[in-house]
Amino acid sequence: MDTSWFVVLSAFIFCIGAAGVMSRRSPLVVLLCLELMLNAGNLALIAFSRMLGNGDGQIFALIVMVVAACEVVIGLGIIVGMFRRRLPIDVDEMSELRG
Amino acid sequence: MLFEQILFFIAGFGAIAGALGVAMLRNPFYSVLALVSHLIALAVLFLLLQAAFLAAAQVVVYAGAVMVLYVFVVAYVGGSDTPLRPTEGGLVNAFGPLVAVAVFVELTIAVVGSSLSGLGGRGPDVDASFGSPEAIGDLLLTKFLLPFEAASFLLLLAAVGAVVLSRKRRGLEDLDAPEGVAG
Repeated sequence: MDTSWFVVLSAFIFCIGAAGVMSRRSPLVVLLCLELMLNAGNLALIAFSRMLGNGDGQIFALIVMVVAACEVVIGLGIIVGMFRRRLPIDVDEMSELRG
Repeated sequence: MLFEQILFFIAGFGAIAGALGVAMLRNPFYSVLALVSHLIALAVLFLLLQAAFLAAAQVVVYAGAVMVLYVFVVAYVGGSDTPLRPTEGGLVNAFGPLVAVAVFVELTIAVVGSSLSGLGGRGPDVDASFGSPEAIGDLLLTKFLLPFEAASFLLLLAAVGAVVLSRKRRGLEDLDAPEGVAG
C-alpha cells in the first residue's frame, strides 16, 4: 500500500476525533476523542517511518503513547474529582477549575 | 500484495467504524468499547507498516490497561445517556463537525496534491528486524536516551498527580467528616 493511503486514513480519524472534541459535552467522551486524535497522529508517524525506512518515527509514536497514558490518568482523576464534589459532568458547565 | 490491500481495507474500515462509534454513540460505556475495537484495528495497520513492537504495545498497553481504567471510571461516574446534540443553540452545534470536515478536505488536498515522491510508494525494502523490539530498544537506549528518561519521569509525575487528585481531602467530604471540620 502506498504511504498516502495511510496518511489520508490518519487524517480522517483525526478529523472524527476533532469533531467529537468540539461537539460532545461529556468530558469522558471528550477524552476518548482526544485519544482518537493522538492515535491518528501515531498512525501518520509510523507510516512516515515506514516510508523513510527509518525507525525514529516509531520512537516518536512510543513517546506519544506515554504522553497519552499520562493525559488519561490526569483527566480521569479530574473527572472523578468533579463527580465526588457533585459537580455536573458537563464541559459547558465546567468553566473553571478553581477549588 | 493483494493480501496486503485486503487487510488494509478491512482494518481501515474497522478503525473508521470504531472512531465513528466513539464520537457518535450516546452511552460513554459503548464509546469505550468502540475505542477498544478501533485500537485493535489500528494495531493491524501498524503490523502492515512493519511496526511489530508498537502493534503489540498498542494492544497490551492501550486496549488492555488504559481502557480498563476508562471502564472503571465510566462505571464509577455512571455512564448516563447524554443526548448527542443538545436542543438549545442549533447553529453552534453544527459548527464543530463542519470545521472537522473542512480540516479533512484541506489535509487530503495537501497530502494528495503534494508532489512528494515518497508518498506514492511504499518505502524502501527493509529487513525483518525493522520495528522489532530489538531495534526499538537499541534506538531507545542509544539515540533517544534523553526522551526515554523524560518519558519515565513524566509517567512518575502522572502517577503522583493521580494519587494527589483522587485522595480524600479532609473537610471536603461533608459525609465523611464526623467531627465537623469546616470545609
